[in-house]
Amino acid sequence: MKTIFFLFLLFFTVAFSPIIHDKGYDIGDVATDFKLENIDGNFVSLSDFKQAKGFIVVFTCNTCPYAVAYEVRIEALNKEYAPKGYPVIAIMPNNVQSKPGDSMTAMQKRAKEKGFTFPYLIDADQSIYPQYGATKTPHVYILESTDKGPVVQYIGAIDDNYKDAALVKIKYVQNAVDALLEGVTFETHKTKAIGCSIKI
Amino acid sequence: MKYLVLLLIFLNLSCKSDKKAPVILEVHDFAGVAPYLELEGSKTYVVNFWATWCAPCVKELPHFETLQANYKDSVEVILVSLDFPHQYETKLKPFIQKHHLKSKVVVLDDPDMNSWIPKVNPQWDGAIPVTLIYNKSKRMFYSRTFTYQELETELKTF
Repeated sequence: MKTIFFLFLLFFTVAFSPIIHDKGYDIGDVATDFKLENIDGNFVSLSDFKQAKGFIVVFTCNTCPYAVAYEVRIEALNKEYAPKGYPVIAIMPNNVQSKPGDSMTAMQKRAKEKGFTFPYLIDADQSIYPQYGATKTPHVYILESTDKGPVVQYIGAIDDNYKDAALVKIKYVQNAVDALLEGVTFETHKTKAIGCSIKI
Repeated sequence: MKYLVLLLIFLNLSCKSDKKAPVILEVHDFAGVAPYLELEGSKTYVVNFWATWCAPCVKELPHFETLQANYKDSVEVILVSLDFPHQYETKLKPFIQKHHLKSKVVVLDDPDMNSWIPKVNPQWDGAIPVTLIYNKSKRMFYSRTFTYQELETELKTF
């Protein structure tokens, strides 16, 4: 009996020791392109945007309060930067079986209500977010278009206040995109963002 | 008569709800929560970051409660809630009451996440739930969910 208990213990210790996450992309990595379904039924790839200087890829969803808190700001980013060559591409990474509120129908409804002007794509087979290394919503990846492909230039939060846009002191994403557009170096390539874990 | 019965039921119900102790929340910015991550007592401290809107958090919460009950002399469970201020009254307090939470609940209200997430643990990517277990000799950070058995197994390594 004791042995069985110990085996049990061993099993749990081995099987459930802290998970070392596959880290996904780091700054400077070339990001993979994808072909994901948009809320309008079309499939969208980065390569569709021939003129884009880069992309603000946001893993986000309908159901996470942090993602909801950032909806207006994500839309504002697209309004400001899509014309300048950095469109927002939003990707919903959750398993819709575990989060029915993130289904394609729900995404369409939310996009309509909130007047999203950016593509809101679904990572239906959950194959893209792990390649990026996204772990939560919202989670931002800024990509710069280069000859090698889209190079990761920033990973993390949108800004430093999820609660109140009016109290934001540092606009991480805007600072990064502004610097990329000007072709100057910038300091903060990585930040930590609070968010809801991606539902598998 | 009918009305009298209804009235009695109503009075009975209202008495019952009166008996509930009001929940007083302890709300801090990160500087206020930080001491709970560095307690120096003889117990093993189990700090769980959660929120009422986080389904996997809510699912595993009873296991932390059971752990606290089963190891009340050697373990202190601290539940750090990340609920939003506008939901303290509508969600968090009712949740604490409904589930009769016995563990200590502290609320972290600090929107500058980039400044405090790495201070909890450099490995934390910012998603919840996460759990920190520590005592005088060991400290571990878990970016995962637990069953009761897993939690207890982990505790026994301390």
